[in-house]
Amino acid sequence: MKNTNTINKMHFNQKLRMYKKNPLSFFLLTITNLAAAITAAAIVFIVGYILIKGIPNIKLSLFEWKYNTTNVSLMPALINTLIMTFMSLFIAAPIGIFAAIFLVEYTRKGGRFVRIIRTTSETLAGIPSIVYGLFGLLLFVTALGWGYSLLAGAFTLAIMILPLIMRTTEEALMAVPDTYREGSFGLGAGKLRTVFKIVLPSAIPGMLAGIILSIGRIVGETAALIYTAGTVADVPDNLMSSGRTLSVHMYALTNEGLYTNQAYATAVALLVIVITINSLSAYIAKKLMKA
Amino acid sequence: MKLNKEKIMRVVFLVAASVNILAVALICIFLFVNGVPAMFKIGIWNFFSGTTWRPSNDIYGILPMILGSLYVTAGAIILGVPIGLLTAVYMAKFCPKRIYKPLKRAVELLAGIPSVVYGFFGMIIIVPFIRNTFGGNGSSMLAASIILAIMILPTIINVSESSIRAVPASYYEGSLALGSSHERSVFFAVIPAAKSGIMTGVILGIGRAIGETMAVIMVAGNQPRLPDGILKGLRTLTANIVIEMGYAADLHREALIATAVVLFVFILLINLLFSIIKRRNAT
Repeated sequence: MKNTNTINKMHFNQKLRMYKKNPLSFFLLTITNLAAAITAAAIVFIVGYILIKGIPNIKLSLFEWKYNTTNVSLMPALINTLIMTFMSLFIAAPIGIFAAIFLVEYTRKGGRFVRIIRTTSETLAGIPSIVYGLFGLLLFVTALGWGYSLLAGAFTLAIMILPLIMRTTEEALMAVPDTYREGSFGLGAGKLRTVFKIVLPSAIPGMLAGIILSIGRIVGETAALIYTAGTVADVPDNLMSSGRTLSVHMYALTNEGLYTNQAYATAVALLVIVITINSLSAYIAKKLMKA
Repeated sequence: MKLNKEKIMRVVFLVAASVNILAVALICIFLFVNGVPAMFKIGIWNFFSGTTWRPSNDIYGILPMILGSLYVTAGAIILGVPIGLLTAVYMAKFCPKRIYKPLKRAVELLAGIPSVVYGFFGMIIIVPFIRNTFGGNGSSMLAASIILAIMILPTIINVSESSIRAVPASYYEGSLALGSSHERSVFFAVIPAAKSGIMTGVILGIGRAIGETMAVIMVAGNQPRLPDGILKGLRTLTANIVIEMGYAADLHREALIATAVVLFVFILLINLLFSIIKRRNAT
């Protein structure tokens, strides 16, 4: 990106004279800088405040296996978060990737079916998480009789992240040059073999970026889980038991109002996860740019 | 055998692609079948224009929650759009290279922070601040609007920035050549050309604000009455569902699902608006 300021480079004095003659320009410059400063300050303040107040509250007792009211352990919630992430991805990733393969490799661009899928996946992407939660409650918890369970939560989240995985995979597949496919066909490989041996491997980094984004959404999700996976604060016995993830745990703590210190610590845990995920996706994006 | 495998996998891919359609259909069916009858039982007019929500007396008017959602969203837009748009302008046209990367990463981080963390931050910082500065109890429309404004910043910044960058450089250069300053060129030649892209960002922001649940619950006070004043508490549609679903039964439960139907229709309308604008851009 070329810095646009180099086009009309001026000395400081010239600039000062220009702004004096042209107060509107100066005003525009000021509000632009001010807005950027406010944005930056908001981020630094939120992240900084929570880290500074939260880190001293991280104690070993928070990582005990069993949750009780004296240790207010976040360990079970952490384990539930891992299980939930893994299960949701296990359900959504194959469906999303296969769907993207169908859209990119097996249909013509701009066809009617593609347009319908595009519309529905945009609709899915816009639905608020509480509506997903209510839907999960009605379908998985009540109609299918699974009760509050990790399984019900995972299915709900899987539907929620499906459009994200599909979209990113689609973009990754479309970025694979057609010459790869033609080369593979030319060597006598069938369509299926071409897709799995040639196209998919080249699209892996892009797909990974989508999956990492999905992990971020799963970890941060609360509203869709309260009435599907429930709020039990224990390590689950099996997939049909209820269990709260870290975000739900944090909401429960603030809701009860008794455990502010532990809520700080949970916020730190969540922030650390989010920062890790962001760094990972930035790293992958950089790799992609180089390739 | 080989041909068979190809055919089978084609069907598998097709089925996977159809899951999207199935999911949308299922969500619509389950919400409408469970929610719409309640609207008729309560009475469409009573449901939408009733100003009292008192489940213990079987009175279900959701006007306060509809207004609550609209007000909070409007507040978030009023606070968030100018800051977000100007930040995008800064990042696209004013920012030294050295600052750009950290700022971009920071905005990405802002997008990734879970809503409970925002809500928690609002509870411990913004609510007490409002209580001490302006009086009242602090959990208020203002607090919710501020938190939502911060939450929609990344959406608005990212979409606006890319649409500003998509404006051909000749617009800017032409304006400079006519003797305008850098600032005037950016604001009066480039931004008007990026208008429709910025609008889609704002609409996405509205969608996010209206659907946000946890952060709002933690700072808005949640009183189910008509909102009166920015320092008073209010309840949004989303909050109504989460707060009462845990113990609701019978008509109360159905009324909550009907609340979700209203929210869902709002979102569908916003999506429609979004695709109309996008289509107009494409042509």
